[in-house]
This record gives sequence, structure tokens and C-alpha cells, in this order.
Amino acid sequence: MCLLFLASCKTPPVSLAKIEGKEIPISEAIKPDEDISNFIKPYHDHVIKSLDSILAYAPDTYNKSNGEYNTAIGNFMADAIYEESNPIFKSRTGHDIDFVLLNKGGIRAQIAKGNITLNTAYEIMPFENSIVVAAIKGRNVNEAITYLSKAKTAHPISRLKLVINSNFNIIEALVKGQPINENKTYYVATNDYLYNGGDNMTFFKPSDSVYVLNYKLRNALIDHFSKVDTINPVIDDRFIQIK
Amino acid sequence: MKRRDFIQQSTVATSLVALGGLGLTSFTTATKTKKITILHTNDVHSHIDPFGPNEGKNANLGGVAKRATLIDSIRLNNPNTLLLDAGDIFQGTPYFNFYGGELEFKLMSKLKYDAATIGNHDFDNSVDGLYAQLPHAEFPFLISNYDFSNTVMDTHTKPYKVFVKDGIKIGVFGVGIELKGLVDPAMYKETKYLDPVEASQEMTRILKEQEHCDLIICLSHLGYKYNSEDKIDDLKLAATTKDIDLIIGGHTHTFLAKPTIVKNIEGKNMLVNQVGCYGINLGKIDFYFDNTKNRAAEGTSILV
Repeated sequence: MCLLFLASCKTPPVSLAKIEGKEIPISEAIKPDEDISNFIKPYHDHVIKSLDSILAYAPDTYNKSNGEYNTAIGNFMADAIYEESNPIFKSRTGHDIDFVLLNKGGIRAQIAKGNITLNTAYEIMPFENSIVVAAIKGRNVNEAITYLSKAKTAHPISRLKLVINSNFNIIEALVKGQPINENKTYYVATNDYLYNGGDNMTFFKPSDSVYVLNYKLRNALIDHFSKVDTINPVIDDRFIQIK
Repeated sequence: MKRRDFIQQSTVATSLVALGGLGLTSFTTATKTKKITILHTNDVHSHIDPFGPNEGKNANLGGVAKRATLIDSIRLNNPNTLLLDAGDIFQGTPYFNFYGGELEFKLMSKLKYDAATIGNHDFDNSVDGLYAQLPHAEFPFLISNYDFSNTVMDTHTKPYKVFVKDGIKIGVFGVGIELKGLVDPAMYKETKYLDPVEASQEMTRILKEQEHCDLIICLSHLGYKYNSEDKIDDLKLAATTKDIDLIIGGHTHTFLAKPTIVKNIEGKNMLVNQVGCYGINLGKIDFYFDNTKNRAAEGTSILV
């Protein structure tokens, strides 16, 4: 009887009658869930406290608009990347980094006069880019030099010296004080974004080899801030134009 | 007020399907309507706190605690609700740098997420970093086109999961983006990427024919739309598969004014949706089922 009932009287199968879709903004007006807020709080407080922890002191304010072909903040960063990553690179490969080339656009904030905190490092470099060292030939280095002379901007460099004339022609280009040898292999520290052609920096490829240091730019900067008491970024003559 | 579009799939019907009780068999007292609510996020990128007041167009939006309040009120209204995420849970705020994703997974567990798929940024601390956070995730990771067999993630993901809500069988599967060129191989290690279209065809076959699902949802981290014909995206996936009712997308941080209606390979309408990024929005798709005998003639109406 039961079976018969089920067989003859079962509900027809369900099917999709209507679909309604919308998007709900998580707006300011929504009251935060108290349990969730309380759960987040210790994590939040720890992060804020750590971000506010003082790493170094800046005697002045440094930003990337202050300087024509080289800026104090860019010089400081490129030098810091050299100093923090060269010992790592040398211990792994036996070679020294020849020079550092970064991009001006990668500096996302200024260093303000006063205390430098972990938060400063996150503001300057919010991205997760890592340091890579590309082994490229002198002729590729010359391409990089041409790129810099045409870019007419202060891309951060370290251990590289460049002089251009009023027509933006290269008068002098030195790597660690030496002229560039077309056939020599140079070890150039940059970041993974630029190595992969970012900002039209196409001269890193083809490279003889590339070394991924697994070291984020931000972490190198944080390590550098932690080592110095007061930073001293200056505009110098590493890239200048003779007018 | 947002403009609402109305699409009628059937050639016969011209108005909304009447919900509740007319012209059914003499055995049932009324048409039984069942409502399934699908809530979804994508590319939250470690945004735990709401944006601050000086954050431009995102100012004061988002925040996990507020999302929790909203989700609770929707679940109170309809307990037959699933909460899903389409990947890139990790990376974007210092919370990730400090805790490696622990807080993200713990909060998603507290919000009772039912499932998530894996995005490219979820490999940012390598496949080992993802594995290390799994104990904090009380929800499954669904991905059908990553072969993790030679990695620590082996056996820790599933291609799909079937949920039953109010007697309705809901099949959910995941597809991920090609990692080569997007993620450092040192990070994804021996994770193998498989063709997402083939994986989706296999998933829909299993979910429809073997699991007899009433509703099939794809969690995708492929991206909404690319101009390149060769690069697979959610719109192309929708048009080359069948039996998927909803693709919940991610990766491209696409803000849509409303879900996109796409014709699948059989010419049947389905939805592709994505809700931007950073937990600023929650997607909500309601599916109404009834036991109308003549669905082919009545059609399914889509209101977006």
C-alpha cells in the first residue's frame, strides 16, 4: 500500500523556476558583528603596534619628485638594495652584484621627516616584488644605459654612473668606476617585475642566467632601516646632465 | 534605483512564473517552492578591516565583521544558503605578511564558508605556505583542474562537492587559472594545470548524470573576460559548457553592475557573476525551484 502510494502520488521533481541576482555593498552603515570584531582585535592590535614600531629616523622629508636625474630617496633605496642583497648573492654564487637598477614608479610614497616605522616601508613598497639578479652581457648593459638616457627620469640606480649632455647623448657610463665592456657578464640586481619587462625594460632578457634571491624589496628595506639609526639620503652625481 | 532586466527563456511564457499553487496534480495540495540562496565573494586579498575614510572610492567600505552581520541576516531569512569564495583569499594587507593567511582562513571558518577555490595569490607563500594554513580552514577547497599529486596539497583539495539544502542537490566545483607566467614556479612547484574546459565538462557530467544535482555552480578563478581568443575566461567557459547554472568568478577584480546572462553551448541562459574585490561587495543569487510539471513550456525566468 505504502509503495503503491509512493509510486503513484510522489511529488513531481523540482525544477528551476526563477533566478534573482544582485550585489550587496558592504556599506559603512552595516553594524560590525561583535564576536568577529573581538576575534580580529588582538591580531589587529598586534599588526598596528608592529607597524608603528620605530626602525630608524629621517632627518628630512624625501620624495621622488625632488631631483632631476637622481633623487635622495631613489639613491638611498638602490644603495640599500645593493648593501642588503650583495652579501646574500655573493655567498650563493661567489660573484658580486655589479649594479642595481630599479624604477622610479616603484617608489609609492615619501619618507617623511621623523620616525621611520614598519608602516613607512609598507607605504613605500606596498607590492610584493622580489629582488632578482640577472646576468647580462655588456651590450645589454649599454641598452640599459640608452634606456636611462632616453627615459629622462630618476630611475633609482646604485654603482652605476651616467653623464648625458644637453642632447641626451651619453658622455660617460661607468659600472663601479669602470667603462662598460660589451662582452663581459654583468650581475644586475633589479626586481622581478622589471626583469620580466615591466616599464619597457626589455634589456634583461635574454640573460645568461637569473638568480632569484627570495628576498622581497620591502624586506631588504626593512632590514636596512633596522640597521641604521638615522638615514642620510642625498642627491649626488650618479646620473647627471651637463647643460 | 538599479535597472532590472528580465529575461524569459521560454518562447511561450511572457510573464513571471506564478509561484505557489495553481494547476498541479490532485495529490499535492500546492506547488512547493524552494529557495536556495548563494552568497559569494572573490579576491578579498586579506582585507580584514574596512577601508579607512581616505581611501577614495573604497572609503569606509568592506570589512569582515560587517560582512558577517550581513550574512547572518540573510541566513536568518533563508537557512538554505551557501557561502562561497572564488579565490585570492591571500595577499594585500600586512595581515597576510604577519600571519600568512591564518586569520583569513579562521575568519572564513567563523563566517561558515561552505567552500572556496584557489587563486594564484594563494600560492604567494608557495604551495607549502598554503598547506601550512589548511588546519585553520573548516571548509573544503574545490579545484578540478590543478593536479596536486606531487605536492604537499595532495588529497587536501576536492574537485567538487555536493550540498543538499531543503532536498535540493547543489553541485559545486572549482577551476583555477594557469599558473605558469603568473606565479613563480618555485612557488607552485609541481602543481599541474589541466585544461579548465575539459575539467568543467567532466565535472558537469558527473554532477548531472551521477550525482543528479538540481543546481550546478562553478567557482572560477580564470577571470571574467580577456580579449585574446586563446585565453580562457568565464564568459568563454560559460559558452562552451552545459548544465552550469552559475559561474562565480574572480581574478580580474571585475565590478559588474549586475550578473551577466550568457547562453551556454545548448543555448540555455545561465549566469556569470563576480563582485569586484577586497570584500567590498557580497554577491547574492537566489534560485527558486518548484515542482511545476511543464518546465519546458513555462521556462526559467532570470531577474538581474
